[in-house]
Amino acid sequence: MRQLAVGLGLVLIALACKSGGARTVGAAPAPQNAPAQAAGKPAAPATNVQDTAGLGPQYPSTYQRHPNPAVVIRNATIMTAAGQEIQGGSILFRDGRIVAVGTSVDAPSDATVVDGTGKWVTPGVIDTHSHLGVYAAPGTFAESDGNEATRPVTAEVWAEHSFWPQDPQIPLAIAGGVTTIQALPGSANLIGGRSAVLKLIPARSVQEMKFPGAHYGLKMACGENPKRVYGQRGGPSTRMGNMAGYREAFIAAQTYRKKWDKWNKDHEGDPPERNLRNESLAEVLRGNIYVQNHCYRADEMMQMLDLAHEFGFKIRSFHHAVEAYKIADVLAREGTAVSIWSDWWGFKEEAMDGIYENAALVQQAGGRVVIHSDDPGGIQRLNQEAAKAMYHGRRAGIPITRDQAVRWFTANPAWALGLDSIVGTLEPGKMADVVLWSADPLSVYGQAVQVYNDGWLVYDRNDPNHQPKTDFMLGREP
Amino acid sequence: MIAFLLAQTIAITGGTVYPVSGPKIEHATVLISGGRIVAVGSNVAVPAGATRIDAAGKWVTPGFIDGAGQMGLREIGAVQNTNESSVSGNQVAASFNVLEGINPASTLIAVNRMEGVTTTLAVPGYLGVPPSDGLIWGQAALIDLDGGTIEAMQIKSPAAMVANLSESSKDAGGGSRAAVAQRLRRVLNDAREYATRRADYRRRQIQDLSASAADLEALQPVLRGALPLIVMVNRRSDIETALRIGREYKLRLILAGVAEGWMIPGEIAAAGVPVLVEPLDNIPSYDALGIRYENAALLSKGGVKVALMETATENSRDLKQQAGNAVASGMSWDQALRAVTLTPAEILGVADRYGSLEAGKVANVVVWTGDPFDFSTGVEHVFIRGRDIPLRSRQTEVLERYRTLPPKY
Repeated sequence: MRQLAVGLGLVLIALACKSGGARTVGAAPAPQNAPAQAAGKPAAPATNVQDTAGLGPQYPSTYQRHPNPAVVIRNATIMTAAGQEIQGGSILFRDGRIVAVGTSVDAPSDATVVDGTGKWVTPGVIDTHSHLGVYAAPGTFAESDGNEATRPVTAEVWAEHSFWPQDPQIPLAIAGGVTTIQALPGSANLIGGRSAVLKLIPARSVQEMKFPGAHYGLKMACGENPKRVYGQRGGPSTRMGNMAGYREAFIAAQTYRKKWDKWNKDHEGDPPERNLRNESLAEVLRGNIYVQNHCYRADEMMQMLDLAHEFGFKIRSFHHAVEAYKIADVLAREGTAVSIWSDWWGFKEEAMDGIYENAALVQQAGGRVVIHSDDPGGIQRLNQEAAKAMYHGRRAGIPITRDQAVRWFTANPAWALGLDSIVGTLEPGKMADVVLWSADPLSVYGQAVQVYNDGWLVYDRNDPNHQPKTDFMLGREP
Repeated sequence: MIAFLLAQTIAITGGTVYPVSGPKIEHATVLISGGRIVAVGSNVAVPAGATRIDAAGKWVTPGFIDGAGQMGLREIGAVQNTNESSVSGNQVAASFNVLEGINPASTLIAVNRMEGVTTTLAVPGYLGVPPSDGLIWGQAALIDLDGGTIEAMQIKSPAAMVANLSESSKDAGGGSRAAVAQRLRRVLNDAREYATRRADYRRRQIQDLSASAADLEALQPVLRGALPLIVMVNRRSDIETALRIGREYKLRLILAGVAEGWMIPGEIAAAGVPVLVEPLDNIPSYDALGIRYENAALLSKGGVKVALMETATENSRDLKQQAGNAVASGMSWDQALRAVTLTPAEILGVADRYGSLEAGKVANVVVWTGDPFDFSTGVEHVFIRGRDIPLRSRQTEVLERYRTLPPKY
């Protein structure tokens, strides 16, 4: 988007969801009991909870916490995203867990002491809408794995099977304080496939990054993109065609689910034949996979809520949702989050009514706001985007607090991914995803100085030994 | 009515004034009359009858100039019918001037000027939007973001010729960068020859030239050094090619994009070539594997004259975020402010009228609640040519309709 005069490929990538270019992917296996996991317990390394479909563990996470010394950050301003901004605060974490946060924190003698004087601390940044790894840089056709744009319903594809851990965009996002992402298929399709919810760490495989206990998301897309991509290819070519497409898919999934639920209960005869597409959709119907729905316009979000009611599932979050403020009351009532930009608008017709105050108005109505990126540039400064939205809200007379603005890129995206009991705030027992900022993260001048992911110092602005490089960049940097 | 407006005298009093051309002045007055700045300083007498704007505790700067965008040329990126920035079928479109494609009624104008951008270079071609092939994209026009007609908005047209030597120009050379450079030289050579043999050309007593007469004619001011040639370029070797061609033809170059420029600030500075940079550009591609946030800062520290741009035209208002991030990445705050005011005015040849708060300059002035780059800062007043611009746009109208639900239909 911002790259001037750059090749076609990269631009397509940057627009993955914005334009529905040509992307795909899915996500990590969804242990159904994950959200119940209590804060305070070590997040068990990713043994996959049994699938309700009765299929046993599939494609499990192999995530392992990196061993690290205890760390205490002293004398910083700590924004907990849980209601507090503590001046002169300290935070202690060890073995990947936050142990204590406050003005007086005792640290063990073996703890690494970090001077936080003049600096800020927040939870790790979480992006609910990324195409890192599936639309990787350098952005040629070879890395264009985000849209399985061969048919409008591809619930059977999983983003993790496209994800390239050596995407050179990943270290850039880490340097922006990001610790967790949802890598999504693009928006070419009505149903694009499963998302991958990942710890953003250097790794050899996506399996090593899969967030233990995370729910898969199911990418769905409204509006212009599917009808543009399929309008001349057998449809859908209209928004009513889009709706019929979702409904047909879920009707088939209902039947599938019934057959499997019956067989799982009585084990009579041979198990029903497996169908990957219906497996994903049946898990949505069971509430184990969260719907992550690209949808710009208010009227279309209302249609999608009706669809969800028809089939008895919840839409966990609308994505982009530039018109969320028009139905903020409904979204609050439905308990559907919105993953939005601070100020993107106008690049297509369904984005014409984007306004700065979208986040603030949804917050004011009692809705759940997430600032997302959909962009390898934007993911590096979600804190800045939240700040823009907060201050514009305030200038319009909507009293957004700093804590709320920090929640927009930490606690709220954690909720949208079903991880809010594990990450998203700085509270004892939470996973030690911690960012130290050079200045107020809600200022344009605040940069991540240190980023801890599950207690591991994955980035240090002042130490080249903690500035991960992908294989791709080796020998290429001057 | 127009006479009245032109005669109107406005005194912005008590603010911290950043003239850019000199050090900041505390508790200063900026006096505007007839659309021009008539005085700036701490001891300016305010004439009786002047409209007073109390700027105590506020910051006052020149209006921001976006070094390259497509304001007025692109209404909705994805709707081709609303786009006027490029012509197809001519890879050497030197005679294409964007000016009459500008839509003074564009909704983007009010949205962006109310955030402090008062002036922009409207550039032909495909800024950030595929496909960006073509060797010469055409002529850019410098416009103020106010006025109901193209004539009223126009500052300078053409303000620059725009060419492309980045990866996306390869098609114009049949697939090789080397051939692109050769083709550019051939075009420039032919333009020289055309200038000396116009009569032969009319009589068809000349070999085929590599561009149309109109395009070759349009290149004459570029060859004379009267019109700057903006070259889109990112890779280090391409930057060096552009500098080489600039030397060969004694062109007035401006490099735009220039992602790997930080590697060779000395070469660029020695050539006396200014640059247009987008500081938040850092996604690697084969056109610029060395792209990084610190580019603007390193170029600036290396002695290169740096102006900034925000190529997402609908959010030209994020120019200030670009500037703030340039500062966070090491550019001095003063240089960053200059990079969105006086420096672009200088490199586009309008510094006699634009870019700083000095007596005699066009009254493009912004009153901010604080540091213009930071998010906590709001805009209190925007003056364009002395007119106090209403801080309203289509977006503020939508906000007011939906501020409370149900909406006010």
